[in-house]
Amino acid sequence: MAERERAATPPYGGVFSARAQVMDAADLRRAVTRIAHEIVERNHGLDDVALVGLQTGGVPLSRRLAAELAAIEGREVPVGSLDVAFYRDDIGLRPVMPQAVTDVPFDLSGRVVVLVDDVLFTGRTVRAALEGLTHHGRPKAVQLAVMVDRGHRELPIRADYVGKNLPTGCEEVVDVRDDGVDVGVKLVAPGAGGGKPGATGRTGGGR
Amino acid sequence: MTASSLLSIGDLGADGIDEVMTLTDSFVEVSQRAMPKVPALRGRTVVSLFYEDSTRTRLSFEAAARRLSADTMNFSVSTSSVHKGESLRDTALTIEAMGVDALVVRHPSAGAPAQVASWVSCPVVNAGDGWHEHPTQALLDCYTIRSARPSLAGLRIAIVGDIKHSRVARSNVTAFTLMGAEVTLVAPPTLLPPSLAGWPVEVSTDLDAVLPKVDVVYLLRIQAERQAEALLPSLREYTAGYGLTERRAELLADDALVMHPGPMNRGVEIAAAVADLPCSLVTRQVANGVAVRMAVLFLLLGAEPRG
Repeated sequence: MAERERAATPPYGGVFSARAQVMDAADLRRAVTRIAHEIVERNHGLDDVALVGLQTGGVPLSRRLAAELAAIEGREVPVGSLDVAFYRDDIGLRPVMPQAVTDVPFDLSGRVVVLVDDVLFTGRTVRAALEGLTHHGRPKAVQLAVMVDRGHRELPIRADYVGKNLPTGCEEVVDVRDDGVDVGVKLVAPGAGGGKPGATGRTGGGR
Repeated sequence: MTASSLLSIGDLGADGIDEVMTLTDSFVEVSQRAMPKVPALRGRTVVSLFYEDSTRTRLSFEAAARRLSADTMNFSVSTSSVHKGESLRDTALTIEAMGVDALVVRHPSAGAPAQVASWVSCPVVNAGDGWHEHPTQALLDCYTIRSARPSLAGLRIAIVGDIKHSRVARSNVTAFTLMGAEVTLVAPPTLLPPSLAGWPVEVSTDLDAVLPKVDVVYLLRIQAERQAEALLPSLREYTAGYGLTERRAELLADDALVMHPGPMNRGVEIAAAVADLPCSLVTRQVANGVAVRMAVLFLLLGAEPRG
């Protein structure tokens, strides 16, 4: 079974061991195309629409969606990226560090903001993102697009656009990349920055 | 940052300094927003315990704590029971008993913050102790240089002025050399420490010869009382030999940077016109100070699980 080193960024280090591929590159491309069409349909075009990808998994996906939207409607939408570390509700309970600098170079006030993330799991990342967005303006509406909804919600949050609904076990890890989606488990390397096994398991689920 | 306190810059090491720099990038972004505040340390309390006068460092820590949504309390000696005879230990324990998550300590005696850290269970940040260390100043100076240059590695930095009495010089020599810069100290012999054994630096008394060769000139504040201690004949004589006058500023390379930890004595260690040149990073140092201290407080209070 293929075993790949996940980005060893502390505190999320560890080794991801893939068990099954659930989407291949073509599946992923079709899902992005479909979601893009759904965004255009739901919003009757792209007036006032902006994308905000969540660090780290949602950022490449938001760029792909933006390119797809440009291909469909022939116009660019603003794309930002948000790191939700400072808005998480588990600061002090587990290691929390931002993975990248937030970059929202436009005022969100009056816009329809589509939050983009790779995996929807407990909903806590999205809650943090909703709080973070308010620091960049007051959007007219916020919608949520995710590639995989893996269940296990702990908050009353649902996605508006879903690439694939995927029932999973709590301990499984869903890994979304440009070339496909795998389900597997994370093996915490001895002495890795992740600390207690399972302590970092329930963040978005992408890692 | 593995230690639970920030007492000296050497404890961080190069990796620790890099970690603070990377996190500071995020807080610089926060500071540039219309509402420069995040809820990361909601419900935490940061107390500043200052046994020495300070405006910018105290305000900078306070702004940092508030931008992280922590509550702040201030303890300054002039309004406290210290002049009723309360010891440092009793004061620290009293404040801790009120429920404090971090203490920011400035004290005229070297080692006082480390003492406090040994008495209390919460993290302690050294905000300057005697002639010893001022680690957050060194961090903000590294960050300021790094925001103007790709990296500190290989840069030549001159630190000019009262090295002997300067905690800023001590922390910055350690930080700059850890990051790979080459440091030259420039000062009259009376303002150099009695021994420089173990300092990874070069020493010069000829500022004119050093200036054309450096990427950064870092000026230290000259305190008027040094003259009373007969270490300096006069401030005018100091300026003639070691001040960054307009004439000397022309000796600098075109892309050289000028820094000063503040407060500046314009006309003594730095000419008023030089302080306002585009190559002067003084106001950027102050702005970065808040973001760097946000990073330090977040690393100590937020990045690791409690207890």
